[in-house]
Amino acid sequence: MNKNQYLKKTFELAAECRYFELNVFKNVEKKIIKFPVYLSAGQEFISASLSTICKQKKVVPELFPQHRCHSIYISFGGDKKKLVNELLGKNDGCTYGMGGSASIHSKEIKMFGHDGLMGTQGPIGVGSCFVSKKPTIIFLGDASAEEDYVLASLGWASFKKLPILFIVEDNNLSILTEKKTRRHWEMHDVAKGFKMKSYNIDDNPLNFLKISDRFFKEPILVNVNTNRLFWHAGAGIDSPKTFDRYKLILKKNEKSYKKIDDQKKRMIDILWKKQLEKQ
Amino acid sequence: MEKTVRETIKEIVFKHLKKKKYKAYGQCLSAVGWVGGTLPELYEKDGMVELSMADVAGGGIVVGAALAGDRPIYVIRYQGFNWFNCPIILNYACKSKEIWKIPCPIFIRGIAMEGGIGPVAGSSHHSLYHRMPGVKIASPMTPKEYKKVYQQFMKDDSVYYVSEHRGSYGNKEEIKDINKKNPDVTFFSISITRFEAIKAAKILRKEKINVNFHNILWLKPFNIKQSWIKSVNNSKISFIFDDDYRDGIASTLAHKLMSKSQKKVIPYGLKDKSAGFSKDRDNLPPSAADIMRLVKKFLKK
Ligand SMILES: Cc1ncc(C[n+]2csc(CCOP(=O)(O)OP(=O)(O)O)c2C)c(N)n1
Ligand SMILES: [Mg+2]
Repeated sequence: MNKNQYLKKTFELAAECRYFELNVFKNVEKKIIKFPVYLSAGQEFISASLSTICKQKKVVPELFPQHRCHSIYISFGGDKKKLVNELLGKNDGCTYGMGGSASIHSKEIKMFGHDGLMGTQGPIGVGSCFVSKKPTIIFLGDASAEEDYVLASLGWASFKKLPILFIVEDNNLSILTEKKTRRHWEMHDVAKGFKMKSYNIDDNPLNFLKISDRFFKEPILVNVNTNRLFWHAGAGIDSPKTFDRYKLILKKNEKSYKKIDDQKKRMIDILWKKQLEKQ
Repeated sequence: MEKTVRETIKEIVFKHLKKKKYKAYGQCLSAVGWVGGTLPELYEKDGMVELSMADVAGGGIVVGAALAGDRPIYVIRYQGFNWFNCPIILNYACKSKEIWKIPCPIFIRGIAMEGGIGPVAGSSHHSLYHRMPGVKIASPMTPKEYKKVYQQFMKDDSVYYVSEHRGSYGNKEEIKDINKKNPDVTFFSISITRFEAIKAAKILRKEKINVNFHNILWLKPFNIKQSWIKSVNNSKISFIFDDDYRDGIASTLAHKLMSKSQKKVIPYGLKDKSAGFSKDRDNLPPSAADIMRLVKKFLKK
């Protein structure tokens, strides 16, 4: 896969995630979805890039997400219809009606569910990788990364040299509390303190590609600066000025990507419509 | 020759690691007396995994190990450490089968002791686990009981909290129930209290106070036997003894027994106070003498 193919594939996945989340947004507003949802719009290029890189490497990683995980599920190939059903509160959803939005899982794509206590995926993913020795991705928020047990498990993963990629989806927010009011240190520095390779990047897909050589050969932490477009939970907008990478990439590549954007929008809208009609 | 509880545990751990190729996890395992002599002298290459001193993360790492197909034995050197060790086990491993249909079996060896060791290291803390769905709790005090609990775990895919007590490690004997027709009193007894309670029962019998004695091996699920209810109904009073605080499993089980019978069952666990280090500030499980005094007080003898 050359660079352009990589960027195109990443955009396709990001588009699926984006239009999926816009449909969730709509259905929360209409009160068709009745429980808390954690929308990942704005952050979708992280999982889209990682999934594309893994495919290229022919790696099927074990995935340990936290609550904001729709894009992870979709990017890595989770069954979208089953996710719609889960969000609609159906027992035939991807997590049998038990998962809601925050605790979804998929055995098919090796994505483990999250229990709702932020950061538990840190030690759990480390323990799993310690036994399986399989390539593993642990997704953390900038806030969950602060959990004492997350920091401790980074240290142990580094000591045991486990093939784990720690991805910090750093949207600068813990609900609405900014990073600067919680700490004066950065996760990539902490990782270095634990003798782990680490990077601090923004969510431009090319940044992942540049560092992907080392993935799964040793423990690595990547702090990814990103932006959450919508409320922490539910359907709403904190600020209309929030940077939107999807829009930027689409605008820059209007000619080649507009068609993909239209086509993915149509596909996801139809998927939602059909699932809703079945209810 | 019969084996002690200590030797039984050591042998089980040895086979678990060397034959079945699973792992055991904990802090400072390969030093400080190999956890009261209950661990074989094995190292990480054999499956004996030294965790860091991060207690909460350690519990989470064991959960991950179980998800990945290990059947980890998790050694908690003092049950009081569970306040830090159990959060991820209770909130993830215990729920995993129900929520995600992915079993997460862990054999937790929680070890109790007491007497001059203060408020954290002392006593059993199995009540901490009790309220969470998806966990099974046993407190084996004899070699056969320990084997039985382990064998059941190996056939099961649940989280097992095994409430051990150092006071039982030298024990080789099985403890038999006493279940006679016309009891004055019935004892239900948990963990280390079983040794003193049966002693008290035997002395009281000689003093013509008839005591029935029931071993409580399984704290959860708590399957009430018909013979227990009969025993309670035929007694003037019944007690349940425990090595954890009274406001815990002992009270819950007493309530369960009472809801199925017509008589009172008094929970008698540790007092509702913190243990100090000096002898008269300690908070200990009841001795045989305490139990006899209690019985006589209730029977007004
Ligand atoms: C152990 C625990 N403490 C607190 C919370 C409440 N809580 C839920 S989400 C959240 C913020 C999470 O922020 P971050 O990890 O950065 O993820 P983001 O929501 O930004 O994607 C908090 C504090 C929780 N779920 N679990
Ligand atoms: Mg955040």
